[in-house]
Amino acid sequence: MNSTLLTLLRKEFQIEIRNGSALAGLALYLVSTIFICYLVFWINSNQLTPLTWSALYWIILMFTLISTAAKSFIGEKKGIFIYYYSIASPHAIILAKIIYNSFLAIALSLMGLLLFTLFLGNPIYDLDVFALIVLLASFGFAASLSLLSAIASKADHGAVLMAVLSFPVIISILFIAIRATKNCIDGLGFSACQDEIITLAAINCLIAAVSYLLFPYIWRS
Amino acid sequence: MKKNWWKILSIVLLTYAVLGGLLLEVPRLNIVNETIRALYFHVPMWFAMVPMFAISMVYAILYLRKLSHHSDIYSVEFANMGLVLGILGIITGMIWANYTWGTPWHGDPKQNGAAISLLVYSAYFVLRGSVQNDEQRARLSAVYNIFAFVAMVPLIFIIPRMTSSMHPGSGGNPGFNMYDLDSKMRMVFYPAVVGWNLLSVWIATVRIRLRIASEKLADQNL
Repeated sequence: MNSTLLTLLRKEFQIEIRNGSALAGLALYLVSTIFICYLVFWINSNQLTPLTWSALYWIILMFTLISTAAKSFIGEKKGIFIYYYSIASPHAIILAKIIYNSFLAIALSLMGLLLFTLFLGNPIYDLDVFALIVLLASFGFAASLSLLSAIASKADHGAVLMAVLSFPVIISILFIAIRATKNCIDGLGFSACQDEIITLAAINCLIAAVSYLLFPYIWRS
Repeated sequence: MKKNWWKILSIVLLTYAVLGGLLLEVPRLNIVNETIRALYFHVPMWFAMVPMFAISMVYAILYLRKLSHHSDIYSVEFANMGLVLGILGIITGMIWANYTWGTPWHGDPKQNGAAISLLVYSAYFVLRGSVQNDEQRARLSAVYNIFAFVAMVPLIFIIPRMTSSMHPGSGGNPGFNMYDLDSKMRMVFYPAVVGWNLLSVWIATVRIRLRIASEKLADQNL
């Protein structure tokens, strides 16, 4: 189990590095959306309040991560599924996808943070707490979106369905993350965000466990 | 559940709840006044919606374990019933809010949570609509049903308790504490909850039987 997991993970990273176009596309997506925001707010820079900043950050991050995770199952060819099916257990596959997607999500969200700081400034006072929240939220997104991508890949119009299915599910993570962001902007320190961080971690565990348990049933068909 | 006593019980309880809810005496509170009677109709909707979604999820789990077609039908019909109750709950809440809070939609955390959980189940039906193969559809929607229910739990049980809300019992308190419900109102409220639950199960079972029967007919005609 562990060795297949490692092999699958290595394969994901190798494929990603070998055809860099997908990752580059996502990075470009991130850069161009942030650049549009920059162009809009550059006209009158004092219009960008911290709350607008946080709204933009989470909206852009959410849509980038949905398109990132969507390609984890939707993009692959049918034949590859049958091959995976014969060599690996479904648990290893979903774990590999979740771990890989969380790496990708964390990389993209930190890159987003960097670009935001560069173009739009950074109103966050408690940067370390905020980074922790971004990490937790990215993992939560990755865990839920991996399973939803598997569901959407089996249905017609997968890409459209992906957005419809994922929005209501990840909204609770997003809601808590936005509340915590507000506290970080106000500089209330770690103790103010403690509740949110614990809840976020609990939701993450819940969602990851449910994804792990349910994936074999999708895989079987 | 083939017996009739619970159907009669639901009719009796709901008749009592409607008559009692409109006629019995209620405490006079500022602003709320007579609109407090909406409690008998608005809150039981939510108290019936959550059990319906829970039953739907249980049948989804049963489907994944046994792969029997009937569990799928049960799961869908209970989700359907829960969705109807949720919509009724939102509408009754909006009417009530219009008189007490001034606007039908107030952006209250519980309102938002309820609206999003309705979105979840709408997405469930969209998913069912976009898969052609029967077995595939049943399997995928069962998985989504379980996943959505788990994702809904923080949304309606945890987040509203973390935030301040205009609903009673927010900001750390249990949802429905013993101090803000008058004991006379309980005499109507609890029967109404039980009555609505029974009625919803009744409607769902009728629809399930109808669906199974029409599928049998379609099989015979083939």
